[in-house]
Amino acid sequence: MKRRQILKTLTLAVSAALVGSVPQQVFAQAKTVKVGVLHSLSGTMAISETVLKDVALMAFDEINAKGGVMGYKIEPVVVDPASNWPLFAEKARQLLTQDKVAATFGCWTSVSRKSVLPVYEELNGLLFYPVQYEGEELSKNVFYTGAAPNQQAIPAVEYLMSKEGGGAKRWVLLGTDYVYPRTTNKILRAFLKSKGVDEKDIDEVYTPFGHSDYQTIVANIKKFAAGGKTAVVSTINGDSNVPFYKELGNQGLKATDVPVVAFSVGEEELRGVDTKPLVGHLAAWNYFMSLKNPVNDAFKAKWAAYAKAKKLPGADKPLTNDPMEATYIGIYMWKQAVEKAKTFDVDPVIAAVGGQTFAAPSGFTAMMDAKNHHLHKPVFIGEVKADGQFNVVWKSKGPIKAQPWSPYIPGNDVKKDEPDGKSKV
Amino acid sequence: MSVFKHCCLMLLMAVAASAWTGASVAADAPAPAAPAVAPAAAAIAHEQLIKLVSGDGDEKLAVINALVVSGDPLAGRLLKALAEGQLQAAGSRAVIVVDDKVVDAITAEALPALAADHEEPIINNRLRREIDGALATLDLVSPLRAARLKAARALAEGADEAMQPLVAKALATEQDPEVHGLLEEIAAGMALRSDDRTVRLAAIAKLGEAGGANAKKLLLPLTVKSPDGTWTETDDMLRAAAGRSLRLIDGRLAWGERMGLLFAGISLGSVLLIAALGLAITYGLMGVINMAHGELIMIGAYATYVMQSFFKVHLSSYFDWYPLLAVPFSFIVAAAVGMVLERLVIRFLYGRPLETLLATWGISLVLIQVVRTLFGAQNVTVENPAFMSGGVSLLTNLVLPWNRIVIIVFAFVVLGSVALVLTRTRMGLFVRAVTQNRSMASCVGVATARIDTWAFGLGCGIAGLAGCALSQIGNVGPELGQGYIVDSFMVVVLGGVGQLAGTVYAAMGLGFANKLLEAWSGAVLAKIAVLIFIIVFIQRRPQGMFALKGRALDA
Repeated sequence: MKRRQILKTLTLAVSAALVGSVPQQVFAQAKTVKVGVLHSLSGTMAISETVLKDVALMAFDEINAKGGVMGYKIEPVVVDPASNWPLFAEKARQLLTQDKVAATFGCWTSVSRKSVLPVYEELNGLLFYPVQYEGEELSKNVFYTGAAPNQQAIPAVEYLMSKEGGGAKRWVLLGTDYVYPRTTNKILRAFLKSKGVDEKDIDEVYTPFGHSDYQTIVANIKKFAAGGKTAVVSTINGDSNVPFYKELGNQGLKATDVPVVAFSVGEEELRGVDTKPLVGHLAAWNYFMSLKNPVNDAFKAKWAAYAKAKKLPGADKPLTNDPMEATYIGIYMWKQAVEKAKTFDVDPVIAAVGGQTFAAPSGFTAMMDAKNHHLHKPVFIGEVKADGQFNVVWKSKGPIKAQPWSPYIPGNDVKKDEPDGKSKV
Repeated sequence: MSVFKHCCLMLLMAVAASAWTGASVAADAPAPAAPAVAPAAAAIAHEQLIKLVSGDGDEKLAVINALVVSGDPLAGRLLKALAEGQLQAAGSRAVIVVDDKVVDAITAEALPALAADHEEPIINNRLRREIDGALATLDLVSPLRAARLKAARALAEGADEAMQPLVAKALATEQDPEVHGLLEEIAAGMALRSDDRTVRLAAIAKLGEAGGANAKKLLLPLTVKSPDGTWTETDDMLRAAAGRSLRLIDGRLAWGERMGLLFAGISLGSVLLIAALGLAITYGLMGVINMAHGELIMIGAYATYVMQSFFKVHLSSYFDWYPLLAVPFSFIVAAAVGMVLERLVIRFLYGRPLETLLATWGISLVLIQVVRTLFGAQNVTVENPAFMSGGVSLLTNLVLPWNRIVIIVFAFVVLGSVALVLTRTRMGLFVRAVTQNRSMASCVGVATARIDTWAFGLGCGIAGLAGCALSQIGNVGPELGQGYIVDSFMVVVLGGVGQLAGTVYAAMGLGFANKLLEAWSGAVLAKIAVLIFIIVFIQRRPQGMFALKGRALDA
C-alpha cells in the first residue's frame, strides 16, 4: 500500500509540474508556429545529420530573436528517425497529423526522402530537403535546396577534362552500391560518351556499404591508369572514404597522378580523417567553409558562437559545410515565402517560395527557381588542404539553374520542368 | 603549349644549360638569352614571381620552367615555398610568409606584416605536379646519391619534356648505375618525340627493357588508331617495335599485379585473423556467444586513440612511439572491461546460449552508447605514426603499404603469444582443462570460476589488441565493432569451434578467396559469393574445417 501511495504522489507531482510548466510556455509566447526537424540523431547517418538539426535550431533562434515569422515565434519539433527509413515515414506522418507543423526541414539520404515523399504528398505537407542528390524527382510538396547532378557532378567532370584539371582521358566511376551512386554514374556515363569518351575508357566499380578494404580497388585503379591520364569520380558514401583515401596514400597514388573527385566528402566528413595523404584530391560542392566573403564570415561566426553556447560536440573546432548552408537557405526562403503569402497555409506558401532570393554564405544570391523547386546555385571545386579545409580551384561564373531531369538520361527530354501535382517517380 | 612557345623555351633552356656548365653560374649566363622571352637566366625578378602567384596556369608553368633552367640557387627554395602556399604577392613585391613572418622572396630581408589585400597563390594539381617535377629535376645534380635516386624515381613517373636538357646533362655526369638506369629510361621517354627514326626506335626498345606503368602510358598512343580509322603512328616498323615493347612491359606488370593480389590476400587474412582471435577464445574455447566482441575491438581502438591523444599533447616529440604504449594499454582496458562483464553478467548465463546471445547483444548496445556519450557520435582521428605511412616499392607497380605489413607481423606475433600462453603456461593448462571438462577440473582443485574470468579477460584483451591494429587502417567510431562481428564469427565457425589452428586457416582462406574473387568479379559479388560458400560449407560440415574429435567438447 505504501509503495502505491508513493507512486501516486509522485505521479501527481510530476503531472502537476508538467501542467504547471506547459501553460506558462504557451502564455509566455502567445503566437507560435510549429516547424518540424526530421534528421537522424542516432544510427549510421547521425554523423552527418546531427549538425543539420543544430544549424536549423540556430536559424530558428535567430529568426525568433528578430521577432519571428509575421510575429509568430517558431517552435521547433525535433524528432529522431534513427537512420531507419520506414521510421522516417512514420515520424513525418506524426509531424503532419499530430504536431501539424507548417513546414519540415529534413532527410539526408535519397532513400529516406523517397520514404517520406508519399506522406508529404498525401497530407499536402511541405518539406525542404537540403542535400545534393541524383535528381529524377520533382514533387509539388518538396523544395530541393541541395545540388542536382548538373550543379555538382557534371561541372566536376568537365573540370577534370580541362587542361587545368589535368586533362583526364580515362574515368573510374567508383561508388557505394545504392541508388544515388548508380543514378549519378548512369548520368555521368552518358555525359562522358557525349564528350567522345570511349566505352573501354570508363570503368564502373561498386562496393558494399561500410566496405573497408580498398587494396584491390586501388590496385585496379593503378592498372587502369597505366592506359592513359585517369581521374576517379567517387560517390563513396560516409566513412568508407577514410580507408579508401588511406589506401590511396599508402600505395603511392598521388592526387597529381590520379585525382579523385568526391561528391559526398565535405568538411564534416574529413573531421575524423588524417588529411595529410589526401592533399590535392577534389570535392565539388555549392559551398565551402573556406570561401572568403562577408556573408560567410558572419555565418561561420554565428555558428561558432552557437556551437560554443550550446556546448555542441566538436565546438572546439566548429565546421560548416554545404548541406548546412542549404538548410539555412531553405529556412530563410520559407520565412520569406510565408511573409509574402501572409499565411502559413501550405499551398499559398508553395506558390510564394518560387522566385525567392537569399544572400547565401556562398557569396552569391541563391534563387529558388520560379517553377522547378530547385535552387539556382554556384558550383565550386575545391582541393583538400592539409588542415581538412578546401582550396577553391574552380568556380562557376554564377549561379546555375538545376536540371532535376538530367538530359543525359533517355526519356527525360519529354518531362516537364515543374511538378504536376503528383510525383513522377 | 604552342609550338612557338615550346621552341623558345627549348632554346632558352639549351642556353641556360650550357651556361650552367661554366664555373661561375650567375656571371656569364644572361647575356645570350632573348630578354623578351624571359629574363629568367638573369636574376630572378619580382614580376616573375608575382606571375607565379596570380598568373594563369600556362604563365605559371613557364615561370617554373624558367626558374629551373636558370640554375639560380634560389630556385629550389622559391619552388618549395610556392608548393607550400608561402609565396605570396604584396603589391609588386613577392614575399614568403611563414607563420606570420614576412620576408622578401629574393633578398630574404624581413618585412612588416602584410596588408589585407595580399594575394595567395592557387595551387592546383597541375601546378603541384610541375613543381614536384621541377624540384626533382633540381635534385638530379644533388651531391647526395639518395636525393638523386629519389629525384630520378619521381621523374620516371612522368617528366615534363621541357626538362630534357637538364636530364641529358645529369645523364652525362651520373656515375651511380641505378640512378643512371633510371635516367636513361627518363631520357628514352623524352626521346620518343624526337624527329630521328633511329633515336625513336632505340628509345622504344629501351622502354620495353626497363619501363614500367609510365612507359606503357607513353607507348600506348603509338599503337592505337585515331577515331577516323588511321594509325596515329604511321611508321609500321615503329609501331611493331612499340607493340613488342608493350608486351614486355605488360609481362612485367602482370607479375606486380599477381604479387599485389597475393599480398592483399595475406593482408585481409591477417586482419580477419586478429579480429577473430579473441573470439576464438571466448566463443571457440569457452563457448560464450559473445555478441559484444566487436565492441571490445572498438574499445581497444578508442584506448589507442586516448593514448595517441595523450602523446600528442604531452609527449609530442615521441609521437611515433605511441604504439609501444597503446598496444598494452588497449589490451588492459579491453581485458578489464571483459572481466567486469564476465563477473557481472556472463557467469550467470553459462550453458544458456540463447540468453547469453541476447545479454551480450544488449551489452554491445550499451557499450556503443557509452562510447558515444564519452567521445561523441563522430569518428575520431587516429594518426599513423610516421613509420607506418607510405609503403615500400618492390616493383614498378607494386607498393606494399607499411601499415599493412606491420599488421601482418603484429597478427602473427599475437597469434604466437596466444598459442604460447595456452600451451606453455599454467594458466593455459587450466583454461584448456576447464573448457574441456569443467567438473573434472574442479575436482582436481582448479578454481574454475576464476579461470573463466581470466580466460574471458584474455579473449577480450586480444579483441582490444585487434582494435589497436584496426585503428591504423580504418575508421575509429562507436560503430567500428559492428563491421567486424559478422566476419569474426564467420572465421571462427568456418575454422572449427575450439581450434586456434582452424581460425588461422579460415582467416587466411577467406582473405585469399575474397581478394581473388574481388579481382575477378568486383567487391559486391565477391562478398556475396564468399557468404554463399560459407553457408554451403557449414551445411555440409557444421563442425567447421577442423573439429576436435571425440567427446572432449560435448560437455
